Amino acid sequence: MMSYAPILTSHVGEPNSNSLDFYVKHQQGYEGLRKALTQKPGDIIDQVKASGLRGRGGAGFPTGLKWQFVLKDTPKPKYICCNADESEPGTFKDHVLMERNPHLLIEGCAISAYAIGAEVAYIYIRGEFYHVQEVLEAEIEKAYVAGFLGKNILGSGFDCDVYMHRGAGAYEAGEETALIESLEGKRAQPRIKPPFPAVAGLYQCPTAVNNVETLCNVPLIVLNGPEWFSGIGPEKNGGPKLFCVSGHVKKPGVYEASMHTTLRELIYDHAGGMLDDRPFKAIIPGGSSVPLLLPEHLDTPASFDEIQKAGSMLGSAGLIVLNDSVCMVWLAMNLLHFYRHESCGKCTPCREGCDWLYKLLARIEAGEGQPKDLDLLFGVSSNIVGKTLCAFGDAAATPVLSTMKLFRAEYEAHVREGRCTLTADWRSAQPVMAAH
Amino acid sequence: MSFHPSMEYAAAKFHKSERQLAEQGGDFVYTLEHQAKFDANVKRYPADQRKSAILYALYLAQRQEGYLTAAAMSHVAEQIGCTAAEVEDVVSYYTMFFTRPVGKYVLNVCRTLSCALRGAERVTAELSAALGIKPGETDPTGTFTLIEVECLGACDRAPVVMVNDDWHECLAPEDVRRLVDDLRTRGPAALTGCYLHKEKAAEATS
Repeated sequence: MMSYAPILTSHVGEPNSNSLDFYVKHQQGYEGLRKALTQKPGDIIDQVKASGLRGRGGAGFPTGLKWQFVLKDTPKPKYICCNADESEPGTFKDHVLMERNPHLLIEGCAISAYAIGAEVAYIYIRGEFYHVQEVLEAEIEKAYVAGFLGKNILGSGFDCDVYMHRGAGAYEAGEETALIESLEGKRAQPRIKPPFPAVAGLYQCPTAVNNVETLCNVPLIVLNGPEWFSGIGPEKNGGPKLFCVSGHVKKPGVYEASMHTTLRELIYDHAGGMLDDRPFKAIIPGGSSVPLLLPEHLDTPASFDEIQKAGSMLGSAGLIVLNDSVCMVWLAMNLLHFYRHESCGKCTPCREGCDWLYKLLARIEAGEGQPKDLDLLFGVSSNIVGKTLCAFGDAAATPVLSTMKLFRAEYEAHVREGRCTLTADWRSAQPVMAAH
Repeated sequence: MSFHPSMEYAAAKFHKSERQLAEQGGDFVYTLEHQAKFDANVKRYPADQRKSAILYALYLAQRQEGYLTAAAMSHVAEQIGCTAAEVEDVVSYYTMFFTRPVGKYVLNVCRTLSCALRGAERVTAELSAALGIKPGETDPTGTFTLIEVECLGACDRAPVVMVNDDWHECLAPEDVRRLVDDLRTRGPAALTGCYLHKEKAAEATS
């Protein structure tokens, strides 16, 4: 394991690490904001561009570029929307940052607002994170009192408000235009793009939507410079990165590392190895919406580019580790239950397709599958991919297409034998969910 | 009534709408405290964008009565300045709003992959057995409602159950009955809360 000292999560284990005093004392708190306010907004964008910071929410899009696209010459107000709707299955990193290092996010919001010329930042947090919201609301209040938010911040003449906005249980609200719709008080359904939020976002005004972890990196870049940032990790994949490891490992949790770190190191060094020392079967490396990787990919560095070369995506860096006991038909059924439930219903291929896929998978899992069902699964999935307004459709089809490609024999065995042929004891301990 | 002269009328042949109208409920107005909270919250948004506060307004109404009645939705519509249909449109989309009475403790068991790998299906089965209800139902005493929900974002502490606004982490299927008994006797203090919330834990023990 390469030596790496945590940056974003350096103090999260300490009591009161969420307090303003602690942040100012131990993490050079709000020095980044102070430094940023002495520079031109355009210079901040240039630094973020030079740092190569890529969005931590899932797509890995360069943040500086996203900000540069935000319309400048307009009489309309501009907005920062922080995407704290963390709801990709297997992802729980932003939760740690918001709960234990909230001022890093608040400072990130203020600097980002300054950079794009916004005066308001909304933090859209998922409804289930109520205990996190309470922490953030309290700390935002303290930042106002200390003069880091509000009018004429640090005597610079720059005004910035940061508000929390609580969602109410919708995975789709994590999609940036659906998040904006939800913020406007509507159903969280995606918009047709273009226009992108940078041109017409919240209230049809220029808007930048950024993930929590992305914004948390901004104060560090301003403070330490773009070269420092890009020097951490491989080329074009710079900066500290949080990895969420869950599933069949001994110590599930959030681990900070550079993107040089391989999947094997994350599983065996950071997360303590496989649960009960059972053999490793496969890994979902970036939240439930990305293709699976196999044992031969374990030495792949967990970076955006390398994981993509291996045939998957780093996504939100939610690593779900699977041991030999996991039935891939069951896995696809479990995930399609999720996607069927969360599909916002706007696009027909996704709304109807997810339901079909789930029903087909439940039928196969229950031992009533027919040989033609496998072709049907492939056909339905392929007719969702690329035919929806947002990436949800592609994401929903992925667990089916990926498991069918890599583990087709398991599907065929299910249909042939009328039951799961894996004899693993873990599986037998699980009551089979009734299809509903 | 038939839609077409040659079409025989048979109620069973037609697809029935699954739309459920919320019950009317008694007269509803915010308490003074909730009205003040709403008035403060709506200021977070531009003056012509009051609708942004709709989720907050609905949370307040739900907190007041436990669930949302048609009367409460009408009141929210008045507060926001939109139609009651628009409010219903929003309510019917988001899973955290209830249009029927729920128990004192709403047990939301996460059932998505990471929790399922660690035994969430068994947690649901144990809860069902302990409470004598199926997912989606409320027990006859009105104490517990059992719901299966999708990923709660606490996959490292699987299996996770959200109880009202609080969390209970690492709930082994074997511990389910003890948790139910604990909730009955000690209330929310029986919950572990979020492990990250160290200050809360320190307050409770000091």
